[in-house]
Parts: sequence; structure tokens; C-alpha cells
Amino acid sequence: MKSGRMKRWLPLGIFALIVAVVAWGLWRPADRTVRSALVGRALPDFTLPAIAPGKPGLSSADFRQGKPRLLNVFASWCVPCIAEAPQLMTLKAAGIPIDAIAIKDTPGDIAAFLRRNGDPYARIGADAHSRVQLALGSSGVPETFVVDGTGVIRAQHVGDIRPEDVPELMQALAAAQ
Amino acid sequence: MKRLALVALLTAVPVAAQTALPPLAYTQLRDPDQERQARGLMETLRCVVCQGQSIADSDADMAGEMRALVRQRIASGEKPAAVRDWLIARYGDYVSYAPPLRAVTLPLWLAPLALLALGLWIARGSFRRR
Repeated sequence: MKSGRMKRWLPLGIFALIVAVVAWGLWRPADRTVRSALVGRALPDFTLPAIAPGKPGLSSADFRQGKPRLLNVFASWCVPCIAEAPQLMTLKAAGIPIDAIAIKDTPGDIAAFLRRNGDPYARIGADAHSRVQLALGSSGVPETFVVDGTGVIRAQHVGDIRPEDVPELMQALAAAQ
Repeated sequence: MKRLALVALLTAVPVAAQTALPPLAYTQLRDPDQERQARGLMETLRCVVCQGQSIADSDADMAGEMRALVRQRIASGEKPAAVRDWLIARYGDYVSYAPPLRAVTLPLWLAPLALLALGLWIARGSFRRR
């Protein structure tokens, strides 16, 4: 009668299994961050027009000058972009060259944004229809890419850069030297 | 005065042109065959900001940009598979609702077969008893 007893406990076993699976999903939710598949690969070719007065536009060739740079994907209408502005200024003060792609933006809004939150950028390219953003495998603003001196993407930071993220980015930049 | 306000309200144009989407986000292609191809592709591509929706279903700006990209590429003569591969190269398999058969996705493809086999086995057991 051993198999009969086993059959009686089988539903409870299955129930416990389902509870375990659901509990696992609740306590340790899966990471839903969408990361670019281009990390470790060359920056796609692009040329974007200027949008801020006195600041040149941005092209992929600007990233092949032998020194690692940060590529910040941002927008004046993006609230977390305001939150990460002080960290970008810190990085700029540390001598890190930072370029930017402005998503769906206007010259007036960009100028106002830079006046209010500081201007850490060497160049800003205007991506009116997110074309370059899609080509980069970026899924939102803000995102920051570490690009080495040969134009290869070495790391990606999704979301705003918090103060505690700065050392990690500095490390990635040092590794990209 | 009231009438003037009403006219002003009715003829008002949204000032925030920065969120303007490219026309192809909401406009079908002229060639019905190409539109059918684009449509089929858009229904199997995931919107990267509204996960769980296809770009055909989503109203997010990003989905609109992705639809415009799909339509533009199809209109210029690209095959749907090539457009899908272009996006997969940038966002990973994640962006496609048609998962390729790989070592990682093997359970995904085999689980239905295994469950079907289990069902048949259980059914066979209960039919035999009668």
C-alpha cells in the first residue's frame, strides 16, 4: 500500500512546490533592467546635430580619440536626469570627458536644463526620434555608457547615477584606459 | 468672449512638440503587403519600456519610435527577419517574442512537450482502470 500513501500526499507536495516557486518570485524578484547587448562591442556609427548654443553635435568618431569617455543619454524632460546632474558634475571635476545624446529635446529646453543643473558636457547631439538611442540598445533616460579610446562600449549604467555609483564608473573608466 | 475662448480652445495646438512622434508610428505603409509584414513583426517585438506589451499594442513613445523604425526599414526593402536580428543585436533575445532555440531556452521549448507527455501518461492510467 506504499504507492497509495504516496498518491495521497502527492497533491500536497505539488501545492508546496507551487508555494515555493511563488514565494521565491516574491522575495527575490527577477531583475527587469533592460541592458544593451552592445557592451563589449563597437559603438554604432552615428552623427547627430548640435542642439545647445556654442556646443558641437556628436558623432561616433568623437569616441575614437584614444581616451575613454562617458556617453550620457539624457533629456531635459527627464526627472532622474536632474537627480544625476550633481554626480556628472563630480565626474567632470575629476577630469572625465562627458558627451551626451539629448532625446526628443528642443534647444530652449536644453539651455534651461543646463543653466539650472550645471553643464558637464563637452558635446551634445540631438536625437529627435530616438534613432541613435535604439541603435545603442538603450531603453530609456538616463543611461550612461563607458566608451574606451577605440570606440568600444565597455560598460553601461542604466538609470540615474547615484553618489554611490560614482566609484564604480571611475573604476570602469580606469579599466577602459 | 466665451465664444472666443471656445474657439481658442478648439484650435489650440500642443506646444510641446518635443514629444512629437515620427508619422510612421501611427501611419500604415502604403503598400498593403509591406504593412502586413511590418504588422506581423511589430506584434512579435517587445516594447522595451512597457515590458509585457508588444510595440504594436503599446502607446508608449518608445514603442512608437520602434514602430516607425520597423515600418521605415520594411519600406526600404529589408526583410522582417533582418529587422528582428538588428534589434536582437542591440537588446538581446529579450526584445523578441519569438525565442530562438538555444541551450538557455531549451526548457521553454521542451516543457510543453514534457507536460503533454505527462498528461497522456496520466490519461492512459485513468482509462485503463475502467
